[in-house]
Amino acid sequence: MMIGLLSFLTIIACGGEKTEESPASNAGSKGIGPVKSVTLGTLDQAMADRGKKQFEAKCAACHKFEEKVVGPALQDVTLRRTPEWIMNMILNPIEMTQKDPIGQELLGEHLTQMTFQNVKEEEAREILEYFRKMDLK
Amino acid sequence: MLKKSNLILVTLGITLFTFLPNCKKGAATATLASDAASRVYVAPGEKDEVYAFLSGGFSGQMSVYGIPSARLFKIIPVFSVFPENGYGFDEETKDMLKTTHGYVPWDDSHHVEASMTDGKQDGRWMFLNANNTPRLARIDLKSFETKEILEIPNTSGNHASPFATENTEYLMAATRFSVPVPQASVPIDSFSKGGFKGTVTMVKVDKNTGRLSVELQVLVPGFNYDLSHCGKKKSHDWCFFSSYNSEQAHKMLEVGASKKDKDFILAFNWVRAKECKDQGKAYNFGGDYVNNFKEENKPAVSTRLSGVKMLNPKDCPGMMYYMPTPKSPHGTDVDSTGEYIVGGGKLASVIPVHSFSKMMEVKDKKEHHSTEIEGIPVLKYESTLAGEVKKPCLGPLHTEFDGQGYAYTSCFVSSEVVKWKLGTWEVVQHLPAYYSVGHLSIVGGSSTEPYGKYLIAMNKITKDRYLPVGMELPQSAQLYDISSGKAELLSDFPTVGEPHYSQMIPAKLIMDKTAKLFPLEENKHPYATKSENDARIVKLGNTTHIYMTAIRSHFKPDIIEARTGETLYFHVTNLEQDYDIPHGFAIGGAPNMTNLLIMPGETRTFKWVAPKPGIYPFYCTDFCSALHQEMQQYIRVSP
Ligand SMILES: [Cu+2]
Repeated sequence: MMIGLLSFLTIIACGGEKTEESPASNAGSKGIGPVKSVTLGTLDQAMADRGKKQFEAKCAACHKFEEKVVGPALQDVTLRRTPEWIMNMILNPIEMTQKDPIGQELLGEHLTQMTFQNVKEEEAREILEYFRKMDLK
Repeated sequence: MLKKSNLILVTLGITLFTFLPNCKKGAATATLASDAASRVYVAPGEKDEVYAFLSGGFSGQMSVYGIPSARLFKIIPVFSVFPENGYGFDEETKDMLKTTHGYVPWDDSHHVEASMTDGKQDGRWMFLNANNTPRLARIDLKSFETKEILEIPNTSGNHASPFATENTEYLMAATRFSVPVPQASVPIDSFSKGGFKGTVTMVKVDKNTGRLSVELQVLVPGFNYDLSHCGKKKSHDWCFFSSYNSEQAHKMLEVGASKKDKDFILAFNWVRAKECKDQGKAYNFGGDYVNNFKEENKPAVSTRLSGVKMLNPKDCPGMMYYMPTPKSPHGTDVDSTGEYIVGGGKLASVIPVHSFSKMMEVKDKKEHHSTEIEGIPVLKYESTLAGEVKKPCLGPLHTEFDGQGYAYTSCFVSSEVVKWKLGTWEVVQHLPAYYSVGHLSIVGGSSTEPYGKYLIAMNKITKDRYLPVGMELPQSAQLYDISSGKAELLSDFPTVGEPHYSQMIPAKLIMDKTAKLFPLEENKHPYATKSENDARIVKLGNTTHIYMTAIRSHFKPDIIEARTGETLYFHVTNLEQDYDIPHGFAIGGAPNMTNLLIMPGETRTFKWVAPKPGIYPFYCTDFCSALHQEMQQYIRVSP
């Protein structure tokens, strides 16, 4: 596991070499992953509730809303990132921390590889809905 | 009868070859293929072509290597405790090692068998025998974990085991050390008067689940049954067992068991046996045994069972025949077509090959019987003989097949592998082995369709081959490329324990089916904690259950309070759903418990009786993240 960790911190396992992308404008980034576009409607309460359950089972061990624990605090995440970026980070965290400029920066800051928790795309969408609900408060 | 001079010759041979290795060094490089290094080189990130599963001998485990690189990938604990990951210690796996003799945390495992469908390897399970305390194990090739262990009753020294029928309908297990059946305290010399018996056990394998059960036992004469292989294609209904000590000597076996020119290969029609059982010809017989089953993410369930159906050969004509085979045979191996049954007579000067078709032709004709032993007809040697490989080597043991019409036989005494042609019985190549080779394995070599290409020889002695490491040197396996006309030595590598037999499987049959994690949603462990929100401590009198979660890089709950003498169960669930992220769990100074490695989505339990007052740390032992060192906390024990 030690060797695995080292390679994560240097080039990162299976992705090959870093691509030279300029980290200039991140704000509108959709990130890297299966989600290309998300259309948001008005908040779907039922979907947000399902997302809460998912979040508590698979994410809450490392994320709180109000403070940084293992990973960053999540309050206002839907204001900071695009919906696509959030879902891609949930669904494709290893490549995101390897190649996405924001992802790389976050790994540098928190120093723990975010895990893929075997979340399906539909479930990631529900989690996103839960984040939206939390940010409405 | 063995002539005295022969015995002396054999003894001399053993002596010679035991000393010879010291001065044989030059020969090693002489036969090496010139580009051997590049043929075993597997570049970083590349995968091996073949999985090799080697029995661990006195380690009681099974080891997994990649071929051709010979890199060791894994040791799968089977019959021995494994402190590295807690196998045999934690509440989930300790019952896997239960037997009628109590908890037996070690064994001697000799033979690996691969599951087959229609005679071809199917990559579902591996089976392994325990020789010392008779048991059979099933190892699942999805998780590479031991899922089931079945004790075999009414037997001793489960050596001729676990050999599978062509479609894995049954696994065979036969007695090495004949004993009174049922067990009794009798004078040991009653062995020579027929007072000791052996059994042949048919263990049924459920074709969907792999679950093991004792179907039937056959009570056989008290010889030492050594090895087995089952038939294929036309010989599908039959299994063949080698035997030695048909003299039934009970002391000085090295002389007493070598008196006769021929011992036997026992031909057993298991389809007929089942038929007789179904016709009610088997009787209820005693015998206690234990079945241990470990379902995914549940504690092992150990069930004590009693009684078997027993069949006597005389009550089931057509079920068993003895084929005389020179001399103290070890291997009995059936070629890929199912026609030839090759004996490996440790003390024989020929390799005898029996013909299945001839056996079928003569088996029920009186003129081809020489005698009968306890209801089992003895066929005449010449009647079933297809041919003999003359003067192949000294001490032929075990034969594997390449599917191209060639057989490879290991020769213990002369330390070599001989390649010979089926049908003409001529030796075409001698390959030196370093030294004292036991079994061989060809990829798929015991199936109907060998993949061929590689052969490994498993050697007992390595003096002068490696850097010395004290008096006990590693055993070794030697890798040969057999894909072209001339087999070539590629490399040799040290092994875990003393490997006896191996099964090699093309990687493509297994690699894409291996499990990457246990889905948390499917975790049915009664003490699972599937969300950190559910982590909690439940006190029940003097017992405390800690429902604990582990994820990079912390445990929850992380502060534990206990009193001296209180029993604590740490049920740790690894919440990760990411490949290759186990967490460890260990408590400082914990007696009777070792480390746990908990796979993603798995729950395992660490039992701990709070010792004298103090502060005791617990921590993750499997380097999991940059904050792995921080994955630690404390238990406070108060008076
Ligand atoms: Cu850890």
